[in-house]
Amino acid sequence: MTLLALLGSIELGLIYAVMALGVFISFRTLNTPDLTVDGSFVLGAAVSAVICSSGGSPFAALLVAFVFGSLAGTVTSLLNTKLGIQPLLSGILVMLALYSVNLRVMGGRANIHLMNSPSIFNLWQVAYFAKNAKLITATLTIFIILILLYFFLQTRLGFALRATGDNETMVRAAGINSDVTKLIGLALSNGLVAVSGAMIAQYQSYADVGMGLGMVVMGLASVIIGEVVFGVKPLLRRLLAVVLGSVLYRLIIAFAFAMGMPANDLKLVSAIIVAIALSTGTLKSAVLKQKRHLQS
Amino acid sequence: MIQITGLTKIFDRGTVSEKVALANVNLTFTAGEFVTIIGGNGAGKSTLLNCLAGVYAVDAGVIRLDGNDITGLPEYKRARWIGRVFQDPSLGTAYDMTIEENLAIAYHKNMRRGIQPGIKKAERQHFQERLAALGLGLENRMKDKVGLLSGGQRQALTLLMATIVKPRLLLLDEHTASLDPATAKKVLQLTKQLVTDKRLSTLMITHNMKEALAMGTRTIMMHNGEVILDLDDEERKQMTVEKLVSQFESKSGSSLNNDRMLLL
Ligand SMILES: Nc1ncnc2c1ncn2[C@@H]1O[C@H](COP(=O)(O)OP(=O)(O)OP(=O)(O)O)[C@@H](O)[C@H]1O
Ligand SMILES: [Mg+2]
Repeated sequence: MTLLALLGSIELGLIYAVMALGVFISFRTLNTPDLTVDGSFVLGAAVSAVICSSGGSPFAALLVAFVFGSLAGTVTSLLNTKLGIQPLLSGILVMLALYSVNLRVMGGRANIHLMNSPSIFNLWQVAYFAKNAKLITATLTIFIILILLYFFLQTRLGFALRATGDNETMVRAAGINSDVTKLIGLALSNGLVAVSGAMIAQYQSYADVGMGLGMVVMGLASVIIGEVVFGVKPLLRRLLAVVLGSVLYRLIIAFAFAMGMPANDLKLVSAIIVAIALSTGTLKSAVLKQKRHLQS
Repeated sequence: MIQITGLTKIFDRGTVSEKVALANVNLTFTAGEFVTIIGGNGAGKSTLLNCLAGVYAVDAGVIRLDGNDITGLPEYKRARWIGRVFQDPSLGTAYDMTIEENLAIAYHKNMRRGIQPGIKKAERQHFQERLAALGLGLENRMKDKVGLLSGGQRQALTLLMATIVKPRLLLLDEHTASLDPATAKKVLQLTKQLVTDKRLSTLMITHNMKEALAMGTRTIMMHNGEVILDLDDEERKQMTVEKLVSQFESKSGSSLNNDRMLLL
């Protein structure tokens, strides 16, 4: 693997880490895997590409992406809490609907190329750091988001959010409307996912309506790899683990490519990684049981 | 004061499995009363508490708490005035959060939940004192995850969470039933202490008749969704478990021998 490829993987890992933090909120904090992600990631990318290609501020693009992503998460949550549709199905429905919405946002085109438009990654061009501009920008962004999220999760509202994923009965008994906390959680989660999509569009100078496929699985992989390798306690470390998990995931993929894995197999390999990671608990106890069985 | 008038709850209405869990229940509890509730399996005890807490919508009747009609309020809104402890120790707390975080969530019941700090320094101090009063050493483990606690410790913590903001009504649904006898005794002791110290209006379901007569200030017995016996403190003093059993059998027309409602 070349140094350049290595650097590229780290940059991608840091940008996708924003998405992984979003997935962390739905999957771990709220305890419900949310499939909206595949659509809201593209929504963010589409919004960002449209704004940047029409000369808007690349930072504003991230903010608008956040708002749009939050709206997508809000819809998913309302389908679940107000209309009683199962959480997974709600996510799938919104993901599907977003495919059309994203095409509309992109003005009917399936992809948008960003030629020479300003991006958060080329603002440093003239500065001293120009050579590492992308790495610095990506690091700074994820750092800011991580710190904000860390503090948010320790506010009263953050407590309510975390408890909702743990135990809804307790949450309601404490006077919290769990429908509202779920909504806030999914909105925040998909907002972050969309910001990640917006950053990727600027990073790659490219947005494509199909770029969100399997995004939620990638996010899960990052969360789980992070947990396994870097641990889950305390909270700050846990969030950092998600970011590092995302980087590690990218490095694993880059390594697999370098070893000659065909690009077409990427999704298959990702799915296998997540399947193994998710089943480790079950496998572990099965093995232990077998051992005990053999001993007795 | 709690006034329950004409309370009726029917499960699976209009189906073959239709079940009248509460049949026109009328009860009034005055402030500071500590009522123990007994009755066989399926008598409607839990349903009564769940209707008061707002877990189930009622089919008929009115529930008034200190004069306000709360019958239509959702569970989370009533929770401002109602504290609850469940039979299952895992239901009362968030297992992946620390002891102090759990207490903070309960403590902010009536406050706005925005981006204020989840726990302030003074609050932590307060929690520590309240935990110390439980006498379980939990005040030294405030940063431990609740998932690490035993069932008894969790019930004690849930009890504290239910009362850390003084509730107008405390609902205990067999909150010691899943604990070993020694731990159950300790948790009952704590219950008594908290309830009498703060003069809390309390409804406590139990399967233990002796306990029902020994604790509290009033005992009611339920059967088939109805209140079949209502004993005030004076009447309870004359009452023994044997008399209670025979009263139950004559009033309900059924025998107690195959029931959990044991004479322990
Ligand atoms: N959610 C529900 N759906 C349908 N039927 C229910 C439901 N909850 C309770 N019931 C029925 O209502 C009746 C009263 O149940 P309830 O749980 O109030 O009894 P209980 O007095 O608490 O009994 P136990 O001592 O076993 O806890 C029972 O026949 C029960 O099967
Ligand atoms: Mg019950």
